[in-house]
Amino acid sequence: MKLSKTLKSLSLCIAAGLTVMAPAGGFAAEPLKVAFVYLGPRGDGGWTQQHDMGRLGLEKAMGDKIKTTFVENVPETADSERVFRQLASDGYTLIFATSFGYMEPLQKVAKLFPNVKFEHVNGFKTAANIVVYEPRFEEGFYLIGVLAGQMTKSNTLGFIGSFPIPSVIRNVNSMTLGAQAVNPKVKTKAIWVNTWYDPGKERQAADTLIAQGADNVAQNTDSPASIQAAQEKGTYAFSIDADMSSFGKKAQLSGTTEDWSGYYIAETKKVMDGSWTGNRHTRWGIKEGMVVMAPLNPEIPPAAVKVFEDKKAAIVSGALNPFGGPIKDNTGKEMVAAGATMPEAMFGSLNWYVEGIDGSVPK
Amino acid sequence: MNPLVPMIASTVVAATPLIYAALGETVVERSGVLNLGIEGMMLIGAVAGFAATRGSGSDTVGFIAAAAAGVALSLVFGFLTLNLQTNQVATGLALTLFGIGLSAFVGHDLAGLPVDRLAPIKIPGLSSIPILGDLLFHYDIMVYLSIALFLGVQWFLTKSRPGLTLRAIGESPAVAHAIGKSVLKTRYLAVAFGGATAGIAGAYLSLVQTPMWVEGMSAGKGWIALALVVFGTWKPARVVIGAYLFGGVTQFQLFAQGFGLPIPTEFLSMLPYAATIIVLVIICRDPKTILLNQPASLGHSFHSAA
Repeated sequence: MKLSKTLKSLSLCIAAGLTVMAPAGGFAAEPLKVAFVYLGPRGDGGWTQQHDMGRLGLEKAMGDKIKTTFVENVPETADSERVFRQLASDGYTLIFATSFGYMEPLQKVAKLFPNVKFEHVNGFKTAANIVVYEPRFEEGFYLIGVLAGQMTKSNTLGFIGSFPIPSVIRNVNSMTLGAQAVNPKVKTKAIWVNTWYDPGKERQAADTLIAQGADNVAQNTDSPASIQAAQEKGTYAFSIDADMSSFGKKAQLSGTTEDWSGYYIAETKKVMDGSWTGNRHTRWGIKEGMVVMAPLNPEIPPAAVKVFEDKKAAIVSGALNPFGGPIKDNTGKEMVAAGATMPEAMFGSLNWYVEGIDGSVPK
Repeated sequence: MNPLVPMIASTVVAATPLIYAALGETVVERSGVLNLGIEGMMLIGAVAGFAATRGSGSDTVGFIAAAAAGVALSLVFGFLTLNLQTNQVATGLALTLFGIGLSAFVGHDLAGLPVDRLAPIKIPGLSSIPILGDLLFHYDIMVYLSIALFLGVQWFLTKSRPGLTLRAIGESPAVAHAIGKSVLKTRYLAVAFGGATAGIAGAYLSLVQTPMWVEGMSAGKGWIALALVVFGTWKPARVVIGAYLFGGVTQFQLFAQGFGLPIPTEFLSMLPYAATIIVLVIICRDPKTILLNQPASLGHSFHSAA
């Protein structure tokens, strides 16, 4: 009896102590908990790897003021909802969802955790505690086109697409526009593999494009398979997400990569100083350093490099918009008038090919 | 060059890993064991083959290491299901998950490193025949070995005495046991054989198809191999036809897209699966043959009373 009484009072004391301590000491010293949810493995050599480098960059910049975690290989299904819910209940107050397909699960979870801040890549649904961030990939692909258009001998470019969604269709279009800006004779062939990641199928698609005469192949899928194919066949290719030149030193001319750390640091700082707000849509490009071109292949002649650098500078200064008119679709109909730029609504729901791309967008 | 040549070459390269994995699984299932761990064993084989080839500079060493790694993993499965009598479906699924994780773990430092692609062998005289030489005699050694493996498995299952024993065990382990055949030994050998071929299939991905190591690079091919075994009704010839058909239609749909045919890509992507299923279903349209061909004890544990 006596013992239990002592225990009881002791526990009361501790409980009282804790409640007093919590607001005083705990809060300020508590590091901000930031979580990242990845679609693929960190070692995918592409998309997810770049996000993880962004996370490490964030850790390096913020030191012990923050604590990060990540969950990898999270499918774009109801499974992801469980992961988001778990992270939110574990006290992570800033959560980066690094794949398009997390959009619907995120909407549900965000309603349940109004105090948690969610950041969704490439999506289009924001909320009071969801913001969307997106790189201006089209700038990178435009510059890929500028290089490919100068380097091609067959005047045929190839494009390996993942899924025919607006954000990928934009890239095949901007690549073609970039190539036509330097070489009006260029045609583009596009193949859709309906997967983000299947090295074998990507390889088959690359082999097919090369066999059909495309001597510069760009990709919007995740593995370096097409770089290898080009290396073997003696043609050119462009990497995506990461620098893939170790898979084809001669073949890779350049490519688009992403550096997410700047954005992740900026957003984390906003949460810490209380200036974070919802319902935002951030698009960063080459100017902000989110889209970075992979190192240029030394085989590219200096004159072509000069053209590339000029176009790049024009994009950074804002003088060049990859989707500046006049733009015709591949049936010859004018979609964007000369002097105008593509309206936001058309940009967001792009579902047609520009002039010079064979075939039609799969519908 | 004739555009047909690269198309057929790509088909063969796409089908070969499926042939290895599916033929191995055919033998495993004919002995009455269902191993759903092909995907995991392929990935382990892919990473082991890649590491060994990088370390030794020899593709032969790589393929041997891949087979050994596949066998090692399959023996874990064998011990659990054959000795400890665990559920084969659950254990096989666990093996796949384990293989995915383990291969990612041991392969962490191998990502992004190159190896040379296994070169096609040139057969003097034959390889230089126009068109036909390009079509038939321009492949790497593993392609020819996969045909040899098919002939070997076909002969083993239908013509050899141990093959007969294996099939008997797959139909009725109790009867085979009663006449003095060792169910455990035969099933272990079958499981190990399936592990070796799955490992080789994996190494074919990481050394020939796309000579690199990236996590999860098999991208579901283990499951396709598994489906081929069922739709091929456990007959090696049908399994091989199915594998080439699958590879061929996959290749055809990419080709069709490159030519700008106005067909929805979702439909084209579905085509390899649909075509393979339809053709194999037509081959064995009599539902009775499926039932007759399916090993009667498939998936059931066997525990000898003696």
